[in-house]
Amino acid sequence: MKKRIATVSLAGCFGCHMSLLDIDERILDLLKVAEFDRTPLKDLKKFTKRCDIGLIEGGCCNEENVHTLQEFRNNCDVLVAVGACAIMGGLPVMRNAIMNSEDPLRECLEEAYMNSPSVYNATNDIPNDPALPLILDKVYNCSEVVKIDYQVPGCPPSGDTLWETLTALIKGVPADLPYGLIKYD
Amino acid sequence: MRKVRKGISAVVYRSCKAFNHDRTRILDILRKVQTSLGCISGETMEMLAEELSSHRVEIEGLVSFYSFFSEKPKGKITIRLSDDIVDRFAGVDKVAKVFSDELGIGMGQTSSDLNFSLEYTSCIGMSDQAPAALINESVVTKLTPQSARTIVRKLKQNPVTSNLVKKKGDGNNADPLINAPVKNNIRRKGDVLLADRLPAEAGLKKALKMKADAVIQEIGHSGLRGRGGAGYSTGLKWELARKAKAKERYVICNADEGEPGTFKDRVLLTERPDLIFEGMTIAAYAIGGTKGILYLRAEYAYLLPYMESSLKKRRTAGLLGKNITGKKGFAFDIRIQLGAGAYICGEESSLISSCEGLRGEPKTRPPFPVEKGFLGFPTVVNNVETFCCAARILDKGARWFSGIGTDQSTGTKLLSISGDCTRPGIYEVPYGVAVTDVLDMAGADAPAIVQVGGASGDMIGRSSFHRKISYEDLPTGGSFMTFNASRNVLSIVDYFLEFFVHESCGYCTPCRVGNVFLRERIQKIKNGLAEEADLRYLKDLSNTIMMTSRCGLGHTSPKPVLSSIAHFPIVYASLTKERTDGRQASFDIQKALEESRRIAKRQSMIYDPVYGEAAD
Amino acid sequence: MKRRAIEFKIDGITVKGSAGQTVMDVADQAGIYIPRLCDVEGLEPQGSCRVCTVKVDGRPAAACTQPAAHGIDVINNTPEILSYRRDLIKMLFQEGNHLCSICEASGRCELQAMAYRLGIMEPAKYPYLQPVRPIDASHPDILLDKNRCIRCGRCIRASQQIDRKNVFGYIGRGINKRVGVDGRNLADTDVDVNDSAVAPGTCPVGCIIMKRIGFHEPIGQRKYDNAPIGSEIEKTRSGRGKE
Repeated sequence: MKKRIATVSLAGCFGCHMSLLDIDERILDLLKVAEFDRTPLKDLKKFTKRCDIGLIEGGCCNEENVHTLQEFRNNCDVLVAVGACAIMGGLPVMRNAIMNSEDPLRECLEEAYMNSPSVYNATNDIPNDPALPLILDKVYNCSEVVKIDYQVPGCPPSGDTLWETLTALIKGVPADLPYGLIKYD
Repeated sequence: MRKVRKGISAVVYRSCKAFNHDRTRILDILRKVQTSLGCISGETMEMLAEELSSHRVEIEGLVSFYSFFSEKPKGKITIRLSDDIVDRFAGVDKVAKVFSDELGIGMGQTSSDLNFSLEYTSCIGMSDQAPAALINESVVTKLTPQSARTIVRKLKQNPVTSNLVKKKGDGNNADPLINAPVKNNIRRKGDVLLADRLPAEAGLKKALKMKADAVIQEIGHSGLRGRGGAGYSTGLKWELARKAKAKERYVICNADEGEPGTFKDRVLLTERPDLIFEGMTIAAYAIGGTKGILYLRAEYAYLLPYMESSLKKRRTAGLLGKNITGKKGFAFDIRIQLGAGAYICGEESSLISSCEGLRGEPKTRPPFPVEKGFLGFPTVVNNVETFCCAARILDKGARWFSGIGTDQSTGTKLLSISGDCTRPGIYEVPYGVAVTDVLDMAGADAPAIVQVGGASGDMIGRSSFHRKISYEDLPTGGSFMTFNASRNVLSIVDYFLEFFVHESCGYCTPCRVGNVFLRERIQKIKNGLAEEADLRYLKDLSNTIMMTSRCGLGHTSPKPVLSSIAHFPIVYASLTKERTDGRQASFDIQKALEESRRIAKRQSMIYDPVYGEAAD
Repeated sequence: MKRRAIEFKIDGITVKGSAGQTVMDVADQAGIYIPRLCDVEGLEPQGSCRVCTVKVDGRPAAACTQPAAHGIDVINNTPEILSYRRDLIKMLFQEGNHLCSICEASGRCELQAMAYRLGIMEPAKYPYLQPVRPIDASHPDILLDKNRCIRCGRCIRASQQIDRKNVFGYIGRGINKRVGVDGRNLADTDVDVNDSAVAPGTCPVGCIIMKRIGFHEPIGQRKYDNAPIGSEIEKTRSGRGKE
């Protein structure tokens, strides 16, 4: 039976997904033993079946991220945090450094949309369309929200690292990465 | 502006001059400056650095290390509420609220007129008369919301702290040089330390008739072990210091009684100052020491004038100085070093660092203090009670002493008993006494949890009350806290970890960071958000901290966690549950969205049921 | 004066040294690498990071400060000790704010390299403390990004022991213990760009950074890209053959 894999990018940059494509022609080998379910690679936005492996890129900065992550937890047997953002929040987590301010979230939004020197915002509004998910009080990494089974470090992890990890997971053994493939940058 | 600068500069100069610009006396200098100026600002640090040929960063290192120094301006009167677990259970929060309301400032704040500062401080050694507080250097005990209100009103009328003492305490607490409302609460006197009418200087006189080696042998034969908690053989310690080759040797008395729930040294300092100094003098004679230091914790500064006067009397009586008691060539003198608020200084090598005017961080061992201690000279550091025992052993003999107690724990032990009992106070008991007997003596109220040995000690439950107070079973430096079943085990453990996080010196990674993680997880359990795996995590983390820490603080800080898990498994079991939904119970989406809803002025499409269809 | 020769075992291998050396000194000479962060060649050891924890006759000790002695039995490389070291490295990561992907020290950072060597990749074990730490950019040539400081004190000791200055010093206590500078900020001190306190290799992480020369080594050619930290010491061993 082929393993079913789902992937998603939460508060990330899609770099980890790009890196997944860096496995190049090996994707053909991968598809011999696995198939993709919910994933932006196929533009499939809902789970069609329960999956064996869920790959999470990015941490949680808004309610939609949390909801998606919970859906992944509900629908995947093994959940893997892929890359720095999923593991520890990554660049978005830098906003947590202002958590000690009086009104941190407002300060963060004002800096992003009004005060920053590079911003041009004629109306001085902070975007607030009802369709926009509410932002969280701070950025949470994936394991703060749900239980995570494995993590693959890197920003992004290289195609080789992802390949080694995926093939190990499909075989059902933990990846034993050689020295050169454990990278945090 | 220039005038202010000149004023600061004058204070700095005067303070340095008072201690002959001696860099090792910098703690005393800083204390003087702090008292005069209310703070030690960056500018003051620069002046001090210049005056002492030091560096600003070095001064800042000290000011930021010791709790009783402050870079920010402090009020003329600083109220420090003792934040011990016993104080907490005795209602210190209600007292704090009154202080806060009456003064119009929160905890940790200073009033804008710079008249008052209000803060919490670690245990001040008054657990038998909790809640207690330090008001500048004066002690107030048995506080209630009413008495707190009266204190503030009095201080507002007349900011003199000595006026606060309505009723003086018993014994020497009533001495004009102490003038404190503190009670000794001596409930049980043993033969060694608290017996009435101990013969004055009998031990010293006998010792000086013996050869130094014979004195050490006598101490060795008595089986005396350090009373501070670690239990190292006193005879061996003295022998090693004597054998070390050096020009000078030091004797230091550790009166930095900081272990939460311990207050027996306070009573010895109050009632037995001469016995302490006698013991120190015997030690000096035995090891060939010429100088002694008594390191007195800052919380006991109210005892300083009295202790100083005891030393003065001894000098006059020929018990200190040159040719002590007429013994040709035996010279020894003692000075008192006041601490500045740091639990870690109770660890002997940190205490030595502190005496040298450094940050109170443990030294690298080996070499041990008996080889290279104060300023590099062989140094014996013993607890207050140990010196008292030594003096008594020289008077009554090793055999008399070793006849009391057990094989490996000879003599008596002073217990400081506090918590849920009708007779808290000081008990001198022979080693080997069972916990249950101690509880009976103290009139413990339905004891369910007993903490033996303070924060770094063991937490035991009813099934262990047959165990015995001794080095071989349940060791304690003196702290013995009893709690009834209404007390929350996790609150107690959480308090101890909060204490360790506050008091870790931060030198080594496992103690500095690991204790923060221990506390985070204990709080998670306390809040009912934990799973079984969190207990494994705690045990594993505890092990790493104990195995890799650099000094005793990190070697013992996980003990409250491990001993409470071992002795109160049901409490932990009731607070942890398996979760099958794969979610982290500690993540609260509602709380995470609160601020956002307020700013966006709308509800969540996902997590507010009225709106969203996906809510679950 | 000639020091007395001593001999002892590390993980069963006999090593030779002389009295007065530390366990670390002797191990280094013998080509046995004991992981370390706060200890570095040329500075007095202080034993604060505890990564070099070994067991000496069954008791844990920091190899960098532990005097070597004849006949001792040192255990360095066991699953138990490796797990302590991993825990300590994780503590250091989680104590600060380490964003490797935007750090100029990435690839030559000893903290990162140690994590690689120890194979750390399991789910975040400890919580991230996410402290709020200021950046000191006051100096025209040197930047201090304290988010990355691991309190190893190498800059402090280099300044004191080599430069004979006191540019850096420890301040604070407990989890707030940190490295301070001898003034209101770095520009206020007598630091010089040529000081060994700020020289490359003194700061093991990316806290002390020279302005305008970041990211100058391409990925793939950085210090630890291909060979693990410690291999320079282990190299000397392979040349000697088995003892």
